[in-house]
Amino acid sequence: MQPNRIYLDYASTTPVHPEILKAYKGLLDVWFVNSESLYQEGTQLHQLMEKSRAQTASLFGVRPNEIIFTSGASEASSMAIKGVAFQHLEKKGHFITTSVEHSSVTNCFKQLESLGFDVTWLNVDQSGKVSVEELKQAVRPDTLLISVMMVNNEVGAINPINEIKAFVKKNTHALLHVDCVQALGKIPVDLKDIDMASFSAHKIHGLKGSGILFCRQHIELMPLICGGQQEFGRRGGTENALVNLMFAKTLRLALENQKKGYEHAKKLFDAAWNALSECPEIQFNSTKDGLPHILNFSCSTMLSEVLMNALNTKGFCISAQSTCHSKSKSPSFVLKSMGYSDQRALSSIRLSFSHETTLEEVESFITALKECIKKYGTRL
Amino acid sequence: MELVYDHILVRYGELSTKGKNRKDFIRRLTTNIKKALSGFDALTYEQTFDRIYIHLHGTPFEEVSPILKEVFGISSFSPTLKVESDLEVIKEAALSVVRNTEGKTFKMETRRHDKKFPYRSDDINRGCAGRILHNTDWKVDVHNPDLHLKVEVRENATYIMPTVVQGAGGYPTGIGGKAMLLLSGGIDSPVAGYLTMKRGIEIEAVHFSSPPYTSDLAKGKVLDLASQISVYQGQIKVHVVPFTDLQLAIYENCNESYAITIMRRMMVRIADRLAQRRNCMALVTGESVGQVASQTLNSMQTINDVTTMPILRPVVTYDKLEIIDVAKKINTYETSILPYEDCCTIFTPKNPVTKPTIKRAVEMESHFDFEPLIEKCLDEIETVTLIFKKQEEDLF
Repeated sequence: MQPNRIYLDYASTTPVHPEILKAYKGLLDVWFVNSESLYQEGTQLHQLMEKSRAQTASLFGVRPNEIIFTSGASEASSMAIKGVAFQHLEKKGHFITTSVEHSSVTNCFKQLESLGFDVTWLNVDQSGKVSVEELKQAVRPDTLLISVMMVNNEVGAINPINEIKAFVKKNTHALLHVDCVQALGKIPVDLKDIDMASFSAHKIHGLKGSGILFCRQHIELMPLICGGQQEFGRRGGTENALVNLMFAKTLRLALENQKKGYEHAKKLFDAAWNALSECPEIQFNSTKDGLPHILNFSCSTMLSEVLMNALNTKGFCISAQSTCHSKSKSPSFVLKSMGYSDQRALSSIRLSFSHETTLEEVESFITALKECIKKYGTRL
Repeated sequence: MELVYDHILVRYGELSTKGKNRKDFIRRLTTNIKKALSGFDALTYEQTFDRIYIHLHGTPFEEVSPILKEVFGISSFSPTLKVESDLEVIKEAALSVVRNTEGKTFKMETRRHDKKFPYRSDDINRGCAGRILHNTDWKVDVHNPDLHLKVEVRENATYIMPTVVQGAGGYPTGIGGKAMLLLSGGIDSPVAGYLTMKRGIEIEAVHFSSPPYTSDLAKGKVLDLASQISVYQGQIKVHVVPFTDLQLAIYENCNESYAITIMRRMMVRIADRLAQRRNCMALVTGESVGQVASQTLNSMQTINDVTTMPILRPVVTYDKLEIIDVAKKINTYETSILPYEDCCTIFTPKNPVTKPTIKRAVEMESHFDFEPLIEKCLDEIETVTLIFKKQEEDLF
């Protein structure tokens, strides 16, 4: 990032932690061998990668063979959802998810619907949270899997996962999958009573192309990528050993900074909230009980695209909806599900912070935003 | 034996022009070919009375051919082997061409320009055909041959040409002077630019950009389109006009129903002044009559009123599908349909006037002094020169 640019899009991706970058570069220079090879270089690399897996597992309090390295969270979620469904191709079965999941989850379920599976889409309230009561109503004897995100990527709403997992564990035979991408490194993630969970490294200052699926060892998944013996036979393909190796360190650094980072983000969130409250054009889509790293609002006099262009020219990197949807013209489906109008869902802006964000950056953003609204906020 | 073509013969024989015009034509065509092929360093050029030779010096014909196909003013061209004028050498060369070509049937055609050569055309045809028939399982077919093998015996050498590639036709771009194209991000204006260039007119383009209402992506798309049509003249200049302030002023000071009409009048005013500075003699637009509400004859008349320059509208009578056909042919369609806002699609009034009058437009423009904003637009133009080149970057 050039020094005159201000990055406020950490929910989209994050810069690589300098320690990770240094370690990774050092490894790249030396290790090219296949971690499945039987000569000493191969076995050494394999051991290092397994050490990363073991450390990752212990940081989550689970078993090493329950950690599957993937190319990222989209793959992890696809693997979990379709992996379960494809075990039941004949009898089909029922799935439950929410209407505000990340597109990697949503589109898996749409695909399953087209294959004849039955999917219940839970609504969310105006703060973006799913209702446990509604979930309880939706469960059926043939429900195979329930997938609910821990933190919403557009507005930062935190779902009542503890209540959900208590209910699911006690009252159903269904598996519970949780997309933890936006929660990891920001709030505590407790995998107890969760069956499967998706994580991504690049959202926590790690490498792109790196993620994991946590999956209880007894759960059978039909592999999406067929191949050799890698990843306990759950995912074929030569392992991206060095990238997988870096996951443990990435996770450790993120967890070490979690508490401090949360307090820092809260300070920035409150400052931005207070300043934006003074603008009559601004309506908040995030709520104060959500994740403080994400602040989503709409501007009644400007469309997202125009406001983003204007702020981009002024040196700010921000998103409107999920970056995985950034090229579409349609209103944010998350905001629509929360019950907001098309107009509001077409004019949202998402700020997202990290420990690197400073109060000055947020303040200069607010100043720039006000200028843009004044100059370009026309009769649109 | 692998065939390596020595040069490309470029024909422009179907010229109807004579005398000085012909000379200008040939000079311009040579320049345009050189510009279009400027990415190939090894090429050299030779110009004669009725053809141009491009000496390849090892550059593969297959790389040069697709670019040459797009240069206006070329009727056809052929990759050519240059051999000694010796019957035995000619026969061997003909055989090796056949061996390097896919197909089953061939036809020989010899022209003996050098009457001092001791064999007649027919002798050469028979000699070559005999050598081919004896050594391969190819057959002669004079009606629909897979390979039409031409041999030309000239004074210094003999040329063997296995194929004739159709050129783009038209006139060499630039021979008819220069015009300013109003380039939006849509389907029509690149087609209008292409058709204008085909008649021998060089173009520069002007694009109106309204950040932040239009994005960098939208501007990038326009530059991509310009780059795609630049292949027909080797390079293109795009003048990007920052139009936001003027556009906002229109919306604040004029009736909403006339906003599009007045916006277009402003665009033409700016394009007119820019065209004069750039020595352009006409404006070119992608307007097609009746296609949208603002493209009625009334509307054209009202917009046309602000300039005395001719406005060329090459697609004025085309329907949308005809325009799309051309856009697909020149590879601009896929880019044109990318969904980025341009300055015409934002600020769209709910009820645009379909029969505007000059009188009303003039009256509305008198509410505000637009002149300083027009001059500011002209002062702040950003000009980009796009050069069509074979790009090779280290990263890839």
